[in-house]
Amino acid sequence: MNVIETSGLSKRYRSTWALRDFSVAVPAGQVAALVGPNGAGKTTLLNLTVGLTAPTAGTVTVLGGEPAGSPEALDGIAYVAQDAPLYKNLPVADMLQLTSNLNRRFDHGYAQERLSELGIPLKRKAGKLSGGQQAQLALTLALARRPRLLVLDEPLANLDPLARHDFMAAVLAAAMKGEGEVGGGMSVLLSSHVLAELERVADYLILISGGRAQMAGEVDSLLARHRVLTGPAAEADLIARMLPVVHARRAQAQAHLLVRTSAPAEPVPPGWEAHPVGLEELVLAYLREPGAAALPGPARIRKPEPTEVSR
Amino acid sequence: MTTLNTSAPRRPGTSTRPVRWRRLGAVSWRQYRLSAGGAAVFLAVLAAYLLIMGLRIRSGYASLGSCHLTTSHISRTCQTALMLFGGYHVWGETTAAIMLTVPMLIGAFGGAPILGRELETGTFRFAWTQGAGRTRLALARLALPAVTVTAATAAFSQLFGWFYYPFFAFPADSAFAPQYFELTGIAFAAWTLAAFAIGALAGVLIRKVVPAIAAAMAVWAGLLVVTILYLRPHYQAPLTIRGQNVPGASPWLIHQWWTGPDGQTITNENKIVQLINSPQRGYSQWTTYQPETRYWHFQFIEGGWLLVFSLLLLAATIWLVRRRAA
Repeated sequence: MNVIETSGLSKRYRSTWALRDFSVAVPAGQVAALVGPNGAGKTTLLNLTVGLTAPTAGTVTVLGGEPAGSPEALDGIAYVAQDAPLYKNLPVADMLQLTSNLNRRFDHGYAQERLSELGIPLKRKAGKLSGGQQAQLALTLALARRPRLLVLDEPLANLDPLARHDFMAAVLAAAMKGEGEVGGGMSVLLSSHVLAELERVADYLILISGGRAQMAGEVDSLLARHRVLTGPAAEADLIARMLPVVHARRAQAQAHLLVRTSAPAEPVPPGWEAHPVGLEELVLAYLREPGAAALPGPARIRKPEPTEVSR
Repeated sequence: MTTLNTSAPRRPGTSTRPVRWRRLGAVSWRQYRLSAGGAAVFLAVLAAYLLIMGLRIRSGYASLGSCHLTTSHISRTCQTALMLFGGYHVWGETTAAIMLTVPMLIGAFGGAPILGRELETGTFRFAWTQGAGRTRLALARLALPAVTVTAATAAFSQLFGWFYYPFFAFPADSAFAPQYFELTGIAFAAWTLAAFAIGALAGVLIRKVVPAIAAAMAVWAGLLVVTILYLRPHYQAPLTIRGQNVPGASPWLIHQWWTGPDGQTITNENKIVQLINSPQRGYSQWTTYQPETRYWHFQFIEGGWLLVFSLLLLAATIWLVRRRAA
């Protein structure tokens, strides 16, 4: 089952396309990370997924075929928007009651237990909580709904490093425990700038750039399909003509080439060394090369031109 | 080969029985009870004032009861009572002028923030992605306050009618005339509902609370002026008589003018003053008016179209919520 499936999804705001012909299929049971530069269309994609906005063209379905924004979809998806909007003048206890009244399922016991573990007082007004506590409250409200899909928009943006760690730990714990409804674990889709944090948690990666999907796939297979070749800078152009290089980085005599590989044990050119690539490095390389694409299926993969050196 | 059913498997117990209205009503009440309390205090203070003043006006009116005001000689006591009553009348008129802003204030301050604040602060991203769905939620959030403000102001206009009754009975004023027509009958509640609906729509369109309130008040006042000047006189064709002695106790005088010997309308102000002082042959005065027997007929026409208008605006608001979001 695909927890999110888009086909030719496009969204135009006045004259600018926020999302253009965007097609991905995210399998269920994964923590999927949505990364991309500012204004790439991340929030637009999330808004379409949760039904807050309607596509200009194309389709988006969730939870195995439900149209986004349909009653079935809303019932199974919990969304924590950017900056965790809450009713600031309501006490925490009233936020729980209100969220419970707005949903068919709400696990009061879980929510109260979690808030007391976090030391968030039920009587305090939501607006009086710290930024980290507000984010945790929003997450608690979302998790207590027992969603099948949890969607988070930049959940880490305003959090200090410790709060980031705690927040992601909570998301992961909920996803792994299968805190979704009986019979299925919870899938997660989150957008973030914090690449280091994603490296620990993401099973699936979607890189979005200029409103299009630049890279999408399971993290393990994306990493297996790329490697870094290190060798003499003088030979870099020659290598680039033979192998699909995504990004080239030269430091004086040495060149580091991020290369796409088809087989794990592809031979290394003489005089060069191969290293596995990390997620952060891979994402940064693609962010620097908006023309490069790595998508499942042969349709969109093309061999990038050897590119100019950065640094 | 077997055909596979590719549609999404529906798990047991997830057939979408929507979230109950009662629970959405609880959410609605939780979110507007503070402003409802504020409005209740405001109305209670105004009601206490109307009650106290109303009793004094009534006693003043009662002491006029034994006076023969049509005779040329009026007794000393009656002159005093008349002066006192005249003083009350000034108070009453001021109160009526203040009352006219009540529908606008309650409607705009009640209606505009309901969705406007949600959009301004971004909490719509929370509220509209809950299991209840945003259409049902918006309906619940608008319907409950709409019914409350309409009911409260309907009761309130009854109190005003009681308060002002002596001046209508005297008769110093006509309940049919502009300013009093809006404050009595069902018009007061209908105008409040209209202000609420204008406010709700402005909140969704402007997405900021304070500008939406200001816009709603301006639109409401404009609509009232247009209604008084151009719509209400034509609910039914006005009657015209020669002269100025309109039959009935308190009709609504719409227009008076003079015509000359060949039927032309006199526009010269000085000539009109001259004619009022000493009528001349061939010149006549004309009056168009709505007889007071049409008062309730007009109330129902105005209440009816305002109700339809308000429901249309609220429907447009819901439609915008469905359509226009992030």
